[in-house]
Amino acid sequence: MSITHHLDDATLMSFAAGALPAALAAVAAAHVTMCARCRSDVVALEGVGAALLTALPGARIERAEPEFAAGLSPSQQRGEASAAPMQSPAPLARLLPLGLDAVRWRRLGLGLWHHRLPLKGNGALGLLRVAPGRIVPEHGHGGAELTLVLRGSFHDATGRYRTGDVADLDDSIEHEPVADPGPDCVCLFASETPARFRGLIARLMQPWHGL
Amino acid sequence: MMRLGADAGTAEDLAHETLFAVWRSAALYRAEKGSAASWIFAIARNLRIDRLRREVPWQQLPQELFEEASGETLPDAALAEKERHARVHTALSGLPPEQHEVVVLAYLEGLSHGAIAQRLGLPLGTVKSRMRIAYQKIRAALEDLR
Repeated sequence: MSITHHLDDATLMSFAAGALPAALAAVAAAHVTMCARCRSDVVALEGVGAALLTALPGARIERAEPEFAAGLSPSQQRGEASAAPMQSPAPLARLLPLGLDAVRWRRLGLGLWHHRLPLKGNGALGLLRVAPGRIVPEHGHGGAELTLVLRGSFHDATGRYRTGDVADLDDSIEHEPVADPGPDCVCLFASETPARFRGLIARLMQPWHGL
Repeated sequence: MMRLGADAGTAEDLAHETLFAVWRSAALYRAEKGSAASWIFAIARNLRIDRLRREVPWQQLPQELFEEASGETLPDAALAEKERHARVHTALSGLPPEQHEVVVLAYLEGLSHGAIAQRLGLPLGTVKSRMRIAYQKIRAALEDLR
């Protein structure tokens, strides 16, 4: 998988800091599992957190380091390393345990389908499926949004987005993404503000529901 | 932990939970995979996210992905980690106050871009560009170590 569209540096930093709003963090986490480059950025950025933490008054983590590592017996280090309790399934597998083919789509018409993913708290998270040649709905009126391609591809003035690519665009950029020929384009989409997402659905429905 | 965006009671719980999690999974810690400080930061961060948001456990990523990411170990990994840590420290302290501030608000107070913009009375774009520049400087400082 060759990924050409990555998370913005500011998004990566916020994600590593644990400060990215929940819905956006879900898309960022999914991209990071698919993208070695952004993973390596997250590792470096966790180092920033570590540096800030050790710089806090009273922090002694660094001085504790040698004893800390030395205090573990080799068997402890070997024995339990594989039984990692910190392991968790990849974000996408948790979101979609049965895979993309089992998604129960809600048809919006005009070659568009939507599937809402559960999310408590702020923001909205969902899957968007777009038939070839159809336009990926434009939504940006402020508020951060992330779109990750899971299947198929789309293109706009900023380039072509294939599986694994993430659109982390400034809302000042005007674009009209169109799904490419081939399988339907499926994207994981997150918006910081739920109202905007409802607004998007309302606007999508407008032409044929007279909303 | 209070600086990580929790109230006093939650912060105390989180601090205890962090210590417990560190103790419980200490066997998983391997010096060549990254510094202890990074590892403890990540544990504290994930616990805070869990506590404050509850609903996004899948935000935590499989650990082995990161082992692969940081897996290009140099002959003396511990020394390399020390060097990396020192360089991040230097890069951070070399940041202009306005860039340092947005980084601290994200990491230690857990504020989103929007929340930082609100706190500082700045346009969102300014917050993001300050953060971007800050990271570009840190990344440049680590360039030959990656």
